Amino acid sequence: MRRDPLHFAPLLRVIHWLMVVMIVTMLFVGVGMVSTTGPAYVTLLHLHRPLGIAILALVALRLLVRLGTGAPALPPDLDAPQRLAAKGSHVLLYAAMFALPLIGWGMLSAGGYPVVLTRATVLPPILPHDLRLYAVLRFAHTWIALALFGLILLHLAAALMHGLIRRDGVLQSMTWGDARHDRPAAQHEPVAAPAADSIDAEDIEPVSPPARDGDATD
Amino acid sequence: MKKQLLPAALIAIVIGGSATAFAWTAGVIGPRRVSGGTVANALEYNLGGAKPGYRRAHAKGICFAGDFRANGAGSALAGASVLKPGDTPVIGRFSLGGGNPLATDGRNVFHAMALLLRTPDRQEWRMALDDTPIFPVATPQDFVALQYASRPDPKTGKPDPKLMGPFIKQHPETKAFQDYLAKAVLPDSFGNAHYYSINAFRFTDPSGTTRLVRWQFVPETPLTGLDKNTLATLPKDYLVDAFITRTKHTPSRWHLQLIVANPGDVTDRATVAWSGPHRTIDAGVLTIDRAQPEEQGDCRDLNFDPTILPPGIAISNDPLLPARSKAYSTSFTRRAGEGPGPSAAGHDFAGQGAR
Repeated sequence: MRRDPLHFAPLLRVIHWLMVVMIVTMLFVGVGMVSTTGPAYVTLLHLHRPLGIAILALVALRLLVRLGTGAPALPPDLDAPQRLAAKGSHVLLYAAMFALPLIGWGMLSAGGYPVVLTRATVLPPILPHDLRLYAVLRFAHTWIALALFGLILLHLAAALMHGLIRRDGVLQSMTWGDARHDRPAAQHEPVAAPAADSIDAEDIEPVSPPARDGDATD
Repeated sequence: MKKQLLPAALIAIVIGGSATAFAWTAGVIGPRRVSGGTVANALEYNLGGAKPGYRRAHAKGICFAGDFRANGAGSALAGASVLKPGDTPVIGRFSLGGGNPLATDGRNVFHAMALLLRTPDRQEWRMALDDTPIFPVATPQDFVALQYASRPDPKTGKPDPKLMGPFIKQHPETKAFQDYLAKAVLPDSFGNAHYYSINAFRFTDPSGTTRLVRWQFVPETPLTGLDKNTLATLPKDYLVDAFITRTKHTPSRWHLQLIVANPGDVTDRATVAWSGPHRTIDAGVLTIDRAQPEEQGDCRDLNFDPTILPPGIAISNDPLLPARSKAYSTSFTRRAGEGPGPSAAGHDFAGQGAR
């Protein structure tokens, strides 16, 4: 799969934003449903299981695409601790995206529950019926979910920091925007993001700060 | 630096707003909700403290196994495989109301039957049935309030009239239930009681027609009652021991009767009985031929959540159903973390060296 050097692969970007919607929905569904004995509990529970399995399938696909296509380089001026934080937080995000649906599935298996996705689809258990195991997994499911929400907030804060303050192209590497590391950062009026197809990123010199109208992008 | 103030503030608002929305959705901030924990805590309060390792309600019980032989008539109401002609293995549990796993059987409380029916196509139907056709309260809020109002005073063993009096005054349905219970026969065996679905459920037949249905298991053994005046003299584990002994030589049978709501029947409040003639379908026979203490049976580590239903059967608008599901789940998770305690029947039969 082809990837321009400043962006994640297009398929990866599509999966990323799709999973943003799904995972944020999932986390709100999860904490919402366990907070109530109202009718929302059963409705949300019926949504929670199939959505979780869909996330599991997508993250598996996503990891393959990510390993196959790699990631754009981080801006050269990021210091080592920030690089470590960036790399580490992404490993943790992937780990949580895999762990939560798998633990959910395993937890229902260990609790002796049917893993009902739709009226007609019931998944087989992946762990033996064992209440001690259920208790551990049930606990882990909650706390990893809360940790994932925290990680997502950090991820979002970092992305906005890159996009609004540093303006170093890191946020745009996951969108269809101008992802050069050295876009002019201190303009008074917002930089108009060129349409994605107007850039052939391989022609961009990453080091020299070209003037906007001097771009040889078309 | 100044230029970065606005974006920094924007980031803070986005992150703070997301965290706040999350906390609100989780019920950490905002209006108080009745959660599964609220219900479990109320039950523990009523009991005078949690009994770790046991169900928060119906803590005392025994396991059983058997099968359900469907005659196919129930398929007229729902397409679930279990209602098609044939046999389905059954796991279940008989229990007595209350949160004390070692309480005496000589109490005028709910007798209950829980069932799990699983067909080879992984369709599953779990039920938690009581031997009364109606329930004392209609909503989870009222259930919680009843637990707080009816906590027995350690001195008298009876609820404080200063709390229970006003509750009963505000809840004629609870008074009606108490009056019913006072007059009703208290079964002298798990094997001869009627067991009722309590709530109504939504049945959808293969043609897509939806009907509201309650069901009951009608015993083949005629109902006989305990003498309510001499309950205190009943051996502590009379019902559980007698059923284990009876089942060694006599299977117990019930007919599953599906009862279709008439127009005008109350289907979203379990406090209201259906009266008069109803379309009733005998869907098959439940046979229980094995009974064991929880230590040896398969029922202890299951949550008999009545909202686990096969295709064609769904919950109604009765607010007790989601509440039962969530509260059972909370109870299940609590006791799973605590580890199981010995059962009353396990005590007795361990002492006798019986299996």
